Amino acid sequence: MNYIYPEYEVVRNYARCIVCRACENQCANCVHRYIESENRMESKDDDCVNCHRCVTICPTRALKIIKSDHTFRYNSNWTGKTINEIFKQAESGGVLLSSMGNPENYPVYFDKILINASQVTNPSIDPLREPMETRVFLGSKVHKIKRDSNGKIDTSTAPQLDLSVPIMFSAMSYGSISYNAHESLAKAAEKLGIYYNTGEGGLHEDFYKYSKNTIVQVASGRFGVHKSYLDTAAAIEIKMGQGAKPGIGGHLPGAKIVGAVSRTRMIPEGSDAISPAPHHDIYSIEDLRQLVFSLKEATDYKKPVIVKIAAVHNVTAIASGVARSGADIIAIDGFRGGTGAAPTKIRDNVGIPIELALASVDKRLRDEGIRDRVSLIVGGSIRSSTDIIKAIALGADCVYIGSAALIAMGCHLCRSCQSGKCNWGIATQIPNLVKRLNPSIAYQRLVNLVTAWNHEMREMLGGMGINSIESLKGNRLMLRGVGLTDKELEILGIFHAGE
Amino acid sequence: MKHVIIGNSAAAIGAVEGIREIEKASEIVLISDEKHFTYSRPLISYYLEGKTDRAHMHYRDYDFYETNKCIPMLGVTATKIDVKKKRVLTVDNSFVAYDKLLVATGSKAFVPRIEGLDSVNEKYTFMNLDDAESLLNALRPTSRVLILGAGLIGMKCAEGLYEHVSSVTIVDLAERILSSILDAESAQIISERITSKLNILLKTSVTRFVGNTAYLTNGASIEFDVLVVAVGVRPNTAIFEDCGGKIAKGIIVNSKQETNIKDIYAAGDVCESYDMTISQNRILALLPNAYMQGHTAGKNMAGCETEMIATLPMNAMGLFGTHIVTAGAYTEQKFIDRKNGYKSLFVDGDKLKGYIIIDGIEKAGIYTALIRESVALSKEDFELIRVSPTLAAFSDAYRKGVLSGSKNK
Amino acid sequence: MKRVYVNEQWCLGCRLCEYYCAFANSNESDIVKALKDKKIHSNIRVETKGNINFAVSCRHCEEPLCVKGCITGALQKKDGLIVVDKDRCIHCYTCIVCCPYGAVSPSADGVIQKCELCAKISGNQPACVKGCINQAIVYEER
Repeated sequence: MNYIYPEYEVVRNYARCIVCRACENQCANCVHRYIESENRMESKDDDCVNCHRCVTICPTRALKIIKSDHTFRYNSNWTGKTINEIFKQAESGGVLLSSMGNPENYPVYFDKILINASQVTNPSIDPLREPMETRVFLGSKVHKIKRDSNGKIDTSTAPQLDLSVPIMFSAMSYGSISYNAHESLAKAAEKLGIYYNTGEGGLHEDFYKYSKNTIVQVASGRFGVHKSYLDTAAAIEIKMGQGAKPGIGGHLPGAKIVGAVSRTRMIPEGSDAISPAPHHDIYSIEDLRQLVFSLKEATDYKKPVIVKIAAVHNVTAIASGVARSGADIIAIDGFRGGTGAAPTKIRDNVGIPIELALASVDKRLRDEGIRDRVSLIVGGSIRSSTDIIKAIALGADCVYIGSAALIAMGCHLCRSCQSGKCNWGIATQIPNLVKRLNPSIAYQRLVNLVTAWNHEMREMLGGMGINSIESLKGNRLMLRGVGLTDKELEILGIFHAGE
Repeated sequence: MKHVIIGNSAAAIGAVEGIREIEKASEIVLISDEKHFTYSRPLISYYLEGKTDRAHMHYRDYDFYETNKCIPMLGVTATKIDVKKKRVLTVDNSFVAYDKLLVATGSKAFVPRIEGLDSVNEKYTFMNLDDAESLLNALRPTSRVLILGAGLIGMKCAEGLYEHVSSVTIVDLAERILSSILDAESAQIISERITSKLNILLKTSVTRFVGNTAYLTNGASIEFDVLVVAVGVRPNTAIFEDCGGKIAKGIIVNSKQETNIKDIYAAGDVCESYDMTISQNRILALLPNAYMQGHTAGKNMAGCETEMIATLPMNAMGLFGTHIVTAGAYTEQKFIDRKNGYKSLFVDGDKLKGYIIIDGIEKAGIYTALIRESVALSKEDFELIRVSPTLAAFSDAYRKGVLSGSKNK
Repeated sequence: MKRVYVNEQWCLGCRLCEYYCAFANSNESDIVKALKDKKIHSNIRVETKGNINFAVSCRHCEEPLCVKGCITGALQKKDGLIVVDKDRCIHCYTCIVCCPYGAVSPSADGVIQKCELCAKISGNQPACVKGCINQAIVYEER
């Protein structure tokens, strides 16, 4: 007996269905079936994850997916969702697993912040006619003028990442996403003059050619880390935490550790890839500093080192410590950040919104006079060009996009990555599904997205009368809050609209 | 350069197109005893049937001679080849000089000597448009037609006139119909399908005619109104033989379609082909073969050394709504599949040698290619190929090779 | 000359190309009207074996055996494109016996049909190429 009623219903308009069977062919969950005796299609709603693959490819638009209106007796406390979760756990005895970002109804501060524009006294700029600089450099900046023995100014700087636009693709491992997804990200990063991030899955040998645009990650499992992996990268990221699951590690099941994934991670086929919750050699900022400098030493101090942390309650103190650890860049991942798989309860209840984390970290580092020592990257649900503008005005140097990049490639946020049967060829290692993501299409879509956002950002900058991203950074006067409490405004460091 | 072609059908047209692929400006003269614009010979049975008309029988577009800059001498019979002076004499005692000559004279109906044949009033052969026209004129709804020969021509003729006449009887000495392209089992299937339409008498022949009555070896006699003699064809080799050309069953040519006489080529039904499926020379009087030989000859005549592609018998025909395709040689080892009509694949060792397919003819050309290219079956997925002709059954290398370009092998 | 090529690596075997082809050659403006409750006759056919999928359509061979073999002259090569004069086809299917790709086939009314690169249809890309969901079918010079 199955307690769970299907969440979605596949609605087929039989007047339009031409029985081409493409839906059947393309559903890895085997929702669609051809009934030969009646020459018609049938659907099994139970297995539908609402990924829209069939809906999208249906040549006659004969399909749509709707949420089932099947319901429990009304109860504000015991919602249907809660009841179903209990059913599931009573059945399985296991931890509830979920994918992608926290979908719950928490405030999205970006949506309560408005952007300024110039009028009369400070003319706006037309980005089509006048220069508009979106290029940014990430890395430790010179915070004190130094002179050599002749009195000449020392112009050397710490190693920097040079980005045409303040957007990077965030860490998604080869293993959690497919080879083709990785190739798409890498190609797009190269084309755009930005960076993508290997995540903790190592770097496939085929992708060394994109090394100029590659950030390699060193995480608690240390999978795939070796000399040439570090040498080839543009920057190295130490992953201390992830917004979707702060405080816990990762677990890629052995079933996904096959072939090239196993080789790239440098672990045997079929063995689970378990990334521990902590780095077992890091129990303090001093320990972190050791790893930062070990990596710098190993790469001749030629590459910036990024430390990625999840936005948690005391993120400001942690960030301050990280800035003092020798890291060049701090990446902060908000609680809406995506994941290939996380315990549902952790994803949905641990961590804090990126907007608040960013505003307070930026302020703390400025207060302590160490803001220039590090660049700040923020991620954890950057959804649009306006989110980026707002993040930069709140103090970020750059953003990471993960979910948005996947959506550009075809992800429909069905949040079933953990099943490994991604119908869009992204979060899967099944060859027949992987091939559905043709990198020459996906890469172009990524390039298009970032190019479009860049256009929009230039328009907004121009509107504010600002001609470079650098001038917007931390410029909170360009922001106003709506519907926010005094406390929220105080943390965000912005005025309320009308003030 | 002046090319002269005796003939105006598939081989001749193939030669013109072959020459023009290489040379744009040379002179080409076509000499044909038929007065018609080049037309498709096999269409005469469809013409008889009414499925096509004169307006749709042209083998090439009506501007073909102009576009290809050739001079057609139609209704002119070539009588002699003067090898020394390199010229062709015609019936009106004029001559046409050539640098290169193609003999594409085709074949003619073979009419056996049968006692009393002269006494038959309405007797016809069925080889060309004029034959079809004459036959058509002779037919009445009440006509009883007797056809000698249950081969390709006889059967297609029967189909063509079936609707127009009162009855059709076919007599053949062979023990099955279409004996040149079908084996016993497949012939049986076709026979069963058409038995209600035609009166087919096998393993017998006509011993004598008395007026419009035929007496058979089996003792029976048949009264008829119209007789069609379709027992076989013979190549029109006379003109070439007379000038010292080498003949076996047809004109002997090499793979470039050259004859034993310098600057004289031959192509089409008049000459022999090397049948790769039996490793022997024989006459393959088939239109595709004629065209390809002509095309090969044309290219060589224009100075482009070209070899004739591997030749094998191939036939495709519709007969009273049934589609039959066959190719190659019929060996001992065969795989029969009756799922979709009838299919028999003939194998010799590791090679496909031939096939007979009735009804499920789609993609049969993939089988033809297997035969033509002598593909080693053990290297491909023959289990799958046996079920259906599919490129998926081929090895990756073969498949990608053929699908990634535009040149077939 | 530009031709339709199929990149096996990206072909998903969804057969949508067959339907888009049939639609494009249907003279209907609505896909449902064109294809609903009909047996489709497409000029491109998907073949599948295990994990391998690929679509096959006319290669427009440089030395086209179908044209050479055609007994009526219905199949012709025009500017590199192999086309059918449907009025002259008498359904003998010699071309089917000749084509090594299986790329010519009988249409609903028996007349032979084959890919003509959507030459008679406006638009700069054949329908199968436009409709391919994974850019496995490309139209290019090789």
